Amino acid sequence: MSTLASAQEPLEMPASSPTPTLPAPRLAPRHSLLVRFSHWITTLAFFALLLSGAELVVSHPRFYWGETGNVLTEPWIKLPIPSSRNLVPTGYGYVLPDQNGWSRSLHFQPAWLLGITGMLYVISGLATGHFRKSLFPAKSHLSFPHLANVVVHHLRFQRPTEAASYNALQRLTYLAVIFVLFPLMIWTGLAMSPAFDAAIPATVNLLGGRQSARTIHFLISIALVLFVLLHVGLVWLAGFKNRMRAMITGRTDLHGEGK
Amino acid sequence: MSNFSRRKLIATGLAATAGISAVGVAASLAQKYGLIPPDHGGLYGPGETLTYASLRLLTEHSLAREFSRSQISKRPLANEVGPFTDEFKRFQAGGFADWRLSVDGLVERPMSWSLAELKSHPPHSQITELVCEEGWSYISEWNGVPLSYILDLVGPHPQAKYVVYYSIEPDWWESMDMADAVHPQTFVTYGMNGNDLPVGNGGPLRIRLPRQLGYKSVKFINRITVTDNLKKFGKGLGSVSPEEGYAWYAGI
Repeated sequence: MSTLASAQEPLEMPASSPTPTLPAPRLAPRHSLLVRFSHWITTLAFFALLLSGAELVVSHPRFYWGETGNVLTEPWIKLPIPSSRNLVPTGYGYVLPDQNGWSRSLHFQPAWLLGITGMLYVISGLATGHFRKSLFPAKSHLSFPHLANVVVHHLRFQRPTEAASYNALQRLTYLAVIFVLFPLMIWTGLAMSPAFDAAIPATVNLLGGRQSARTIHFLISIALVLFVLLHVGLVWLAGFKNRMRAMITGRTDLHGEGK
Repeated sequence: MSNFSRRKLIATGLAATAGISAVGVAASLAQKYGLIPPDHGGLYGPGETLTYASLRLLTEHSLAREFSRSQISKRPLANEVGPFTDEFKRFQAGGFADWRLSVDGLVERPMSWSLAELKSHPPHSQITELVCEEGWSYISEWNGVPLSYILDLVGPHPQAKYVVYYSIEPDWWESMDMADAVHPQTFVTYGMNGNDLPVGNGGPLRIRLPRQLGYKSVKFINRITVTDNLKKFGKGLGSVSPEEGYAWYAGI
């Protein structure tokens, strides 16, 4: 609360300054530069990965379990979409153009960007206590009644009255995305690399084979898309302008009730 | 206020200079140790270079996973090939008896072999997975001669850096660096599961490069060239793949 109090004080201007004193801004600090930077780089990389990933799926819209899988074996999941290869029996009478060349490049370059940004985020998040302060929920908030209460609030579409911090459900969701889904995405992605598997065979063997890795990679991408839809939807409901401002400028209006 | 900005400006300037010099040093080191792929230019050059450099450092000597005989795919997928040229059809009609593989370029003794001569060399086999960039895969036993054995016979010059290999089919050629060329699992393959390599799977002769995706394992090869410079080949991007928008290095 101390940050809130100090932010409400008028801006200190040098005594010699000829400019008139500005009215006190009511914006409190919300997100650090690091959080904002990694948020938007991740956003950019995510959409590049999503677009190119979807394009790559089109070249073989079948998913298998185990080590091997191809059109001669039974798929575990078969997407009802046309394909960019006439090798795949889709039931459609046409074949889409091959876009895998640039799609592969547009998959790996953002993957590097995301990986490096993620590493910076995790290292500085540990160093600054960001995870401890902003993401790990308080023990008292992990009780069932508390979590249920948060869920009920969400289901009633009640606008949160303050935005100084994340609620327990948000914290758990963000932790799951940052420390479970993203690492799994990187792991299953690397497991599809024949060179990386040669260096560290456990990468793919622990997942039960390369086709399992590919299938898990695909399923987690769907989980991430659902997260992004939920995330953007909730930001909208909670007050898009104020939260957008907080994630861009780093400052938030704690009394604006989400304009 | 002005003091603060100046300090910030100096700090930013120093950081930027340090950053640019670090990138510069990294680039010249990478060049020196052969970590820059031939298709490093363009929009996706940074990503391709990072991928090639890191996987080359990580995997120089590591072996692709080998599988047990029971894991061999019942039906090895023969993806679409052809339509074949008349030249290929002539060889096929003759049971590939006249098929030859020639090796030239920066070597002491340019040589060529018929299939029968290749098969008279000590046979090698590996049970590895063929992985297509589209996502599908199968496991089979590949029988052939390690490329390193062939290179030992022809004697590459010390300045040799890449091995270029050609399909008899037009506009189908690839190249690999020397680390891959002398790797024990890089094969000139003439057999599959103990039989002749079927045409659908690349027969009579196919490169096997199991640490890279299937499109580097060119089918129907009849010529290998050792070189120190890929700029002299095609558009200078290392192989036909980058000319069609695909990465030269396909370790991922």
